[in-house]
Amino acid sequence: MSAMKPIQSSNDFVIKFANVNGSGSASANELFARAIMRMGVPVAPRNIFPSNIQGMPTWYEMRVSAAGWLGRRGGCDLMVAMNPQTWDRDIAEIEPGGYLFYDSTKSLPRSRFREDITVLGIPLTEICNREYADLRQRQLFKNIMYVGALTALLDMDFTVVEKLIADQYRGKDKLIDANVNALKLGHDHARAELSCPIGLRVESADGVGEQIFVNGNDACGLGAVYGGATVAGWYPITPSTSVIEAFGSYCRKYRTDPDNGMARYAVVQAEDELASIGIVIGAAWNGARAFTATSGPGISLMQEFFGLAYFAEVPAVIFNVQRGGPSTGMPTRTQQSDLIACAYASHGDTKHVLLFPEDPYECFTLGAQAFDLADRLQTPVFVLLDLDIGMNDRLCQPFDWDDQRRYDRGKVMTAEQLEAGKNFGRYLDVDGDGIPWRTIPGTHPTKGAFFSRGTTRNAYAKYSEAGTDYVYNMERLRRKFETAKKLVPAPIVQRASQPTRFGAIYYGSTSPAMAEAFALLETQGVHVDILRVRGFPFADEVIDFINEHDCVFVVEQNESGQLRMLLINEGEVDPKRLIRVLHYDGTPITARFISGKIADALSEHKVTPIRKQVVS
Amino acid sequence: MTYLAKPKLLRADAPRNTLGYTRRDYEGAISTLCAGCGHDSISAAVVQACFDLDIEPHRVAKLSGIGCSSKTPDYFLGASHGFNTTHGRMPSVLTGAALANRDLTYMGISGDGDSASIGIGQFAHAMRRGVNMTYIVENNGVYGLTKGQFSATADKGSKSKRGVVNNDTPIDLVALALQLGASYVARSFSGDKEQLIPLIKGALRHRGPAFIDVISPCVTFNNHAGSTKSYDYVREHNDAVNRLDFILPRDQINTSYAPGSLRRIVQHDGSVLLLRKLDKDYDPSDRVGAMNHLQERHALGEIVTGLLYVDTSAEDLHRHLNTVEKPLNQLGDAYLCPGSKALEALNASLR
Repeated sequence: MSAMKPIQSSNDFVIKFANVNGSGSASANELFARAIMRMGVPVAPRNIFPSNIQGMPTWYEMRVSAAGWLGRRGGCDLMVAMNPQTWDRDIAEIEPGGYLFYDSTKSLPRSRFREDITVLGIPLTEICNREYADLRQRQLFKNIMYVGALTALLDMDFTVVEKLIADQYRGKDKLIDANVNALKLGHDHARAELSCPIGLRVESADGVGEQIFVNGNDACGLGAVYGGATVAGWYPITPSTSVIEAFGSYCRKYRTDPDNGMARYAVVQAEDELASIGIVIGAAWNGARAFTATSGPGISLMQEFFGLAYFAEVPAVIFNVQRGGPSTGMPTRTQQSDLIACAYASHGDTKHVLLFPEDPYECFTLGAQAFDLADRLQTPVFVLLDLDIGMNDRLCQPFDWDDQRRYDRGKVMTAEQLEAGKNFGRYLDVDGDGIPWRTIPGTHPTKGAFFSRGTTRNAYAKYSEAGTDYVYNMERLRRKFETAKKLVPAPIVQRASQPTRFGAIYYGSTSPAMAEAFALLETQGVHVDILRVRGFPFADEVIDFINEHDCVFVVEQNESGQLRMLLINEGEVDPKRLIRVLHYDGTPITARFISGKIADALSEHKVTPIRKQVVS
Repeated sequence: MTYLAKPKLLRADAPRNTLGYTRRDYEGAISTLCAGCGHDSISAAVVQACFDLDIEPHRVAKLSGIGCSSKTPDYFLGASHGFNTTHGRMPSVLTGAALANRDLTYMGISGDGDSASIGIGQFAHAMRRGVNMTYIVENNGVYGLTKGQFSATADKGSKSKRGVVNNDTPIDLVALALQLGASYVARSFSGDKEQLIPLIKGALRHRGPAFIDVISPCVTFNNHAGSTKSYDYVREHNDAVNRLDFILPRDQINTSYAPGSLRRIVQHDGSVLLLRKLDKDYDPSDRVGAMNHLQERHALGEIVTGLLYVDTSAEDLHRHLNTVEKPLNQLGDAYLCPGSKALEALNASLR
């Protein structure tokens, strides 16, 4: 028995499932997460998986948090160790006083366990071999069986899981019965052979409310549907592939013409990322809303086209689900390491609009908004999420849509306007916002046609290599970028409970960990105002926030501090005022990490606050 | 002559097509290519073909890559939108444009460097995808804009202006297009407008990927002895499989050809291609036969020209994707946005 007092916790712990990938564990684990959520308890699961289809280790880490903290916590209170390959490291990861659940069919020497944990064994393989003749069934139902056992060990409401299975396999009664049966086998065996419940419990609560459980890539695909995208050009790349799959499946559902079954959309799997973005640019040049989804290596391949779209002023939406780089660079691990690659993508003097969703809800809203921004600004717009948000189901507020909202197609000159004699100069700034008017091919028989090229043209799109024309164009593009500042989503600020000289800036998937770190620091008496950046170019509020504080921590998930670089460069901020808090090992950042770094920095006086200059 | 501005005056008796347009309405900006460049003849052929076919200039979108050839869309159809894209990537941009609006006519203008070297991947995939377009390669076997390097279509053993001999095997885009599923494949010579204009007309009326390789000698960098893409060389080695006449549905009676020597091909839109057979065994509906013929003649050092292959029942990308008849770029909010009700149901399924 364990020498240490077993952890006691209700609705606040971490369970980790160690599985072999391709064994069907993912759906069982997800079922378990959903069951907890249905009991009204917030859950944040994360898949930690290899770049492989079958046979390699995979983990499913699930944070149960009554308080609703959805960031990764770190550590593990209950390990469901189903993979012999990773046994030793899995055992080592369990918190002192934690629990180990394993398949006890094959007996293991005492030395393979730990003294300070509670060991819970069920001969899953043995039971499965006895109950099922079919090999595949043995494997699949073993997964369901451990879910059943866990419901007993954690004292969960069994009927919730039963109902969930019924919902999931609605219309397939045979599957419902078989799954419920496996669930019961596990549950009953645990009840009979182990002391249930253990110190960890799931108790019904009211912490989920109206929230939905969905992943960011699905939400991006849905956002593209709601945003009016009709053309998608893409090339498969982890972790972005499911954005397009979701777009396709939502389109089949919502964009199939009810009269004739024809598609109000076109999805083309291109031969590479160059062609993907080429398709997007061609479609958008021709007046359709178009997008692609990719990841870092794809962004690299699209560079030349980004420049063309920037200078020819063609709208485009790019969802970049970030991962580690380069080609063989941690494709299944999360990072925020493409900011610079996107902000200044391509050769020449380019700058691009970036959006940073924090969760699936914002993947949907900012995803849809990206199409309005791209049309309004006539430029590529990057939606930068990452694997952590993109590929993990996350609790978030339900999707909503204002039916009064109309797409903002920007400055598109119609045949009537041309006919009425409105002055058309494709690259002419007529109202000072830097955004020119455009025409869609085929609009008018004699007016409004132009030849698109990079920059060797004047404001009327006529061939010109004159320096004055080039400078006029660049100055107009600069004004356009100023306009973009006011159009991108504003930052969100949360003030500490007391006035403070310290601030922290963060973005994207760091959000839940930052929120928790903020609360943790408050309880420790450390007061830090926090600001979440949601778009680039930075709104004035972002730079004002930095100037209001003596020093600001810039929390991000890359090694070089890319947001910090952008802030220094674009906001002309003194680098000394911006302290790096960087997490980049491929796992999602945690509240413990952020609060630890900030508290250490402040308490050990590593930070020398710079007094604000007093302007008299 | 190409750099001389044309007089703005239009003769009152200038011929007009049924839309009331004159040839001038199909012209573009003044060419900036070298005097005598074969590419200008191709531009002139495009102008003539569009005029003859009564195509509204603004209903054409012309796209190109980078290079001398890719500059030419500026020199024809001035009332059409054009897009000078990136080097070798025009096919993908054209594909996207064609997806956005299926009602326009798409012309892709490229060169041998643009399509056979840097852009061979995109060339190949646009052909196999069935994009509805007329894709013209203005093939001179040389990089003109960067002053005379070999392109991938340069023949083995041919000599550059500086005396360098090309040892690499040439890529024959016609053979590639045949193999990749292009449904209209032809080759011509920029100096032979009698052959070229009908070929362009047929391509413009074809549904599916129509490819025309137009040998277009570079007067500056590839028109010397030792080049296999010079005017003299091509004239001497040209072997036409057929002579094409293109006839619109409204005037299918053509008395100038004896019926026995004609092959009549009806395209999907009812337009007729009349092939005056020079080579009596040549069958342009046989893809495999076309590939064989091409290789056999190539082995003899001949350049086969004419309409090598046409599939009049070909389907295009829109058909494959089953897209709605109305152009995607004209679908309004109501057709695109599922609205809040649908979201409520979706939210319920995500709890």
